[in-house]
Amino acid sequence: MNLTLRIWRQPDASADGEMRTYEVADISPDMSFLEMLDTLNETLIERGEEPVAFDHDCREGICGACGMVINGQAHGPERTTTCQLHMRHFADGDTIDIEPWRAAAFPVVRDLVVDRSAFDRVIGAGGYITAPTGAAPEAHATPVPKPAADAAFTHAECIGCGACVAACPNGSAMLFTSAKVNHLNVLPQGAPERESRVLGMVDQMDAEGFGGCTLTGECATACPKGIPMPSIAAMNREYLRAAAKR
Amino acid sequence: MTMATVTRTPGSQRPGPRPPVRPRGGFLRTLWGSTIGKKTVMAVSGLLMLAYLLVHMFANLKVFFGPEEMNGYAHWLRTLGEPLLRHGWFLWIARAVLLAAVVLHGVSAYQLSRRDIAARPVTYRHQRRQASYATRTMRWGGIILALFIVWHILDLTTGTVNPRGQEGHPYENIVAGFQNWYANVIYIVAMLAVGLHIRHGFWSAAQTLGVTRPGAARVLKAGANVLALAITAGFLSVPIGVMTGVVK
Amino acid sequence: MSTPYQSYRTGDPLADTKAPEGPIAERWKRRRFEAKLVNPANRRKHTVIVVGTGLAGGSAGATLAEAGYHVVQFCYQDSPRRAHSVAAQGGINAAKNYRNDGDSVHRLFYDTVKGGDFRSRESNVHRLAEISTEIIDQCVAQGVPFAREYGGLLDTRSFGGVQVSRTFYARGQTGQQLLLGAYQALSRQIAAGNVEMHPRTEMLDLIVIDGRARGIVARDLLTGRIDTYFADAVVLATGGYGNVFYLSTNAKNSNATAVWRAHRRGAYFANPCFTQIHPTCIPRSGDHQSKLTLMSESLRNDGRIWVPKAAGDDRAPQDIPEDERDYYLERIYPSFGNLVPRDIASRAAKNVCDEGRGVGPGGQGVYLDFADAIARMGRAAVEEKYGNLFEMYARITAEDPYTRPMRIYPAIHYTMGGLWVDYDLMTTVPGLFAIGEANFSDHGANRLGASALMQGLADGYFVLPATLGDYLARHPHEDVDPDHPAVHDAVFAVTDRLYALLSNNGDRTPDSFHRELGELMWDECGMSRTEEGLRKALERIPELRAEFWQRIRVPGSGEALNQSLEKANRVADHLELAELMCLDALHRSESCGGHFREESRTADGEAARKDEEFCYAAAWEFTGVGEAPVLHKEALHFEYVHPTQRSYT
Repeated sequence: MNLTLRIWRQPDASADGEMRTYEVADISPDMSFLEMLDTLNETLIERGEEPVAFDHDCREGICGACGMVINGQAHGPERTTTCQLHMRHFADGDTIDIEPWRAAAFPVVRDLVVDRSAFDRVIGAGGYITAPTGAAPEAHATPVPKPAADAAFTHAECIGCGACVAACPNGSAMLFTSAKVNHLNVLPQGAPERESRVLGMVDQMDAEGFGGCTLTGECATACPKGIPMPSIAAMNREYLRAAAKR
Repeated sequence: MTMATVTRTPGSQRPGPRPPVRPRGGFLRTLWGSTIGKKTVMAVSGLLMLAYLLVHMFANLKVFFGPEEMNGYAHWLRTLGEPLLRHGWFLWIARAVLLAAVVLHGVSAYQLSRRDIAARPVTYRHQRRQASYATRTMRWGGIILALFIVWHILDLTTGTVNPRGQEGHPYENIVAGFQNWYANVIYIVAMLAVGLHIRHGFWSAAQTLGVTRPGAARVLKAGANVLALAITAGFLSVPIGVMTGVVK
Repeated sequence: MSTPYQSYRTGDPLADTKAPEGPIAERWKRRRFEAKLVNPANRRKHTVIVVGTGLAGGSAGATLAEAGYHVVQFCYQDSPRRAHSVAAQGGINAAKNYRNDGDSVHRLFYDTVKGGDFRSRESNVHRLAEISTEIIDQCVAQGVPFAREYGGLLDTRSFGGVQVSRTFYARGQTGQQLLLGAYQALSRQIAAGNVEMHPRTEMLDLIVIDGRARGIVARDLLTGRIDTYFADAVVLATGGYGNVFYLSTNAKNSNATAVWRAHRRGAYFANPCFTQIHPTCIPRSGDHQSKLTLMSESLRNDGRIWVPKAAGDDRAPQDIPEDERDYYLERIYPSFGNLVPRDIASRAAKNVCDEGRGVGPGGQGVYLDFADAIARMGRAAVEEKYGNLFEMYARITAEDPYTRPMRIYPAIHYTMGGLWVDYDLMTTVPGLFAIGEANFSDHGANRLGASALMQGLADGYFVLPATLGDYLARHPHEDVDPDHPAVHDAVFAVTDRLYALLSNNGDRTPDSFHRELGELMWDECGMSRTEEGLRKALERIPELRAEFWQRIRVPGSGEALNQSLEKANRVADHLELAELMCLDALHRSESCGGHFREESRTADGEAARKDEEFCYAAAWEFTGVGEAPVLHKEALHFEYVHPTQRSYT
């Protein structure tokens, strides 16, 4: 099929960007969205133009590197990562708008590449369990009830792609932050740092310039891993509990 | 060769902003200093105002039982708490609490909104309709309600803009007030706004305060709809009563 | 012994001088006791560079920083959390014996040596098996959400044909969860200022001063800045080189540049021809294919593999009657059937496809049919067991595996070869260590399922932090002179190469070369190898390399994010490494593990190992691009597990 692409092009963080139009021909419906961009880039290089920069790595939907806003939707029309979106979800002759994640805390680096290091700093502010190597007790010393283990896993599935921030009208990172807070706070191993974790991570999240949550639910709709919306309410409760104990 | 610069650099990771260091022990200070805390302030003040609105709406229905019922209730409000409180004190205490709630709600909303807007400095070229109507109208709805509160106080508390404005005679003031078409329009628009505001606000407040019990979301959303509908309908019944001549 | 190919020289044999003696179960304990320690107060003065943030690098960086060393760490991704360990699905082995099913450290050791087809070191493998239990403890303490039973205890499953249930897992995302555990520990150290983290920064060369590794040259991928970083030791945790084949299950940006640059600076490269093919991947759908996706091996427990009996039969699978189907694994290996080991299943698939009986686009696929399983167990049971895999398959192929057999085909998955390291995980360049998939140490000629995660974490959490201290204690800290000729030499080597890539106004893209190399390697150095094919590849690769430097086109500048430049630079290294892989495959005229030489088969056509000739690790020394490398043999001794020939018929 043949498509018209309107892609955000921006040479670097300080430069102005613009939407530029490209035509791609003979796209197979079996291609992934990124393979479709690969073909565009091959043509651009052959023409001596600079290819479109975009982040990607595993291309199996687990590393969280890829992500672009496709026709106004983070990761496009299917609930998956951009690398697992296939062209069969588009029709011949379609015009597709492709933009980078937009948030003050995710400045555009080039074209569709943004700087998501704010997420790493949110994790560094408490998204861990302090367990220096070698100091661990026998694994079976503390049984973890299956419901707690399952709840931890559901939240631990977050891949840190940033679609929640991109989809949120407020550029809020509440779903991302709450996923890690809940993953660790429901486990007995995470209990000693339960309060400092949530307070530290929320403070860092605020300091990074993410917006607040107005519970629009856009984040959970866009999340390719299905982190549930109540995750945010659970973090709110953890936060209030911790603030009261502070 | 211009490409190479041989240096020893201390880390290329964007250092990133550091959160403010806050002293321990200040619950309120912690709350006021964070987005979640400010949302909590909004939730608590919002629920307080919601409780007030319920009572207010219920009391308004007395208008259908004649001037004595209504005016008597207004008089009773001033005597409430006596003899522990002096005459009228309860009302002033209630007004002070409500004022504090409105100010805290408004200031939090203003600060959070500014923050939210700043967090998405560049909008998407390809815009897509998102979320529910009530969710998207929280900010405009809030501004409409703030303006309405001012009008409403001038109309029926101080009587400044009321055509009759006689103290101690709320029934007559209400009937007189709703003789003007624009008063009706203002009132009806504001009551529709309050309905929408409650519809999202009630559910949102519950989330902010950390309600996560399985199944709670459905109950809360249904509760929000019922509350919004009851309050809007209750309040609207008064001008409709006046317009249709049921209340004279 | 006659050398089958003359373009290399045989040098002095190589010995692992650090390997301790004594009873095998005592060796690691002994080595740790004999290791010199660095005074905790002095550790801060020692800088350690760690390149890579996967399971090995992430765990090493966090642990070294906890111990008090100053760690400077690098990854090419935008965050350390994205290293490709994240994509591992199945699980991690540990000899906990929680099932009381007869497992033990010795059994895990035995299985791993045997699974590696007797081409690994007994001492290393035993250490790995010992440490396996500590890894589980460590990860649980970090909050890794392993699968649990209703009693709250850890669940395990069996994996890869072993007879015990020792694989710990977190649904199909074990790698992700283990990596997040290491990443979170690392993040804590970054926030504490103990690790200086450089994301989006790629190591492009190694700085060797007075024979010791003292730093690296790295490029900031956002600004293009070339910087030098100095340290007392350098640790490479940069993963494997499967992307030489272009199509593999590796991440798109996984590359061999760090290990290859280290090899060029003196680190020997061991067993480069030992690559693992995974039999159950989703086949390519066309020339646009950019990578391959693995489907868990567990599918072979209930699916039946078949192709049409007649070549060129292009009927839809449901139109092919039962008696015109060839369930070839069940036919050739009646006792193991569809559950033969990875390498055997892979080769059999290739054989039927070479006969023109492959299915799907390009005839590169075989059916994995669940019709019988659905009839036997019911659709619900199949869904319960394999639902998420079926969903993934349907998403990628738009075919419903419940009603139409899946199509699968083997793909490059893991590389057992890597930088040669001693028992301390140090390469032949003093001060340069290699951990995880980047080294060659523990898997021999074939890796068992769920053992890669185990090895990466064993190296990073437990082995390296113990052995690195010994090296540092023996080499007192001294500053590097930034104007040392070796520093300038390394920087100029890097900048000259980038300049050459950028200024060559050719007509071919980096990907076009990568694809061509990948196809050549897959055909001649893939699932089965012949002397003729390898000689052909060894002729073609230097030609392709010359063409690359004549015709490569890299638009843009070196002073900004330039993904074409990154790609071209990596392909340039693949073009050199590929030659060594083929040479190693040619010289090893036996079949063992993932290395199958058509010429070396048993009477019934199976892989034939030649222990008397090839019971050694082949460590190659670099002498120059296109020059004959020097082969150093490290003899392997088996005192506890005695080599036997595998048979699955």
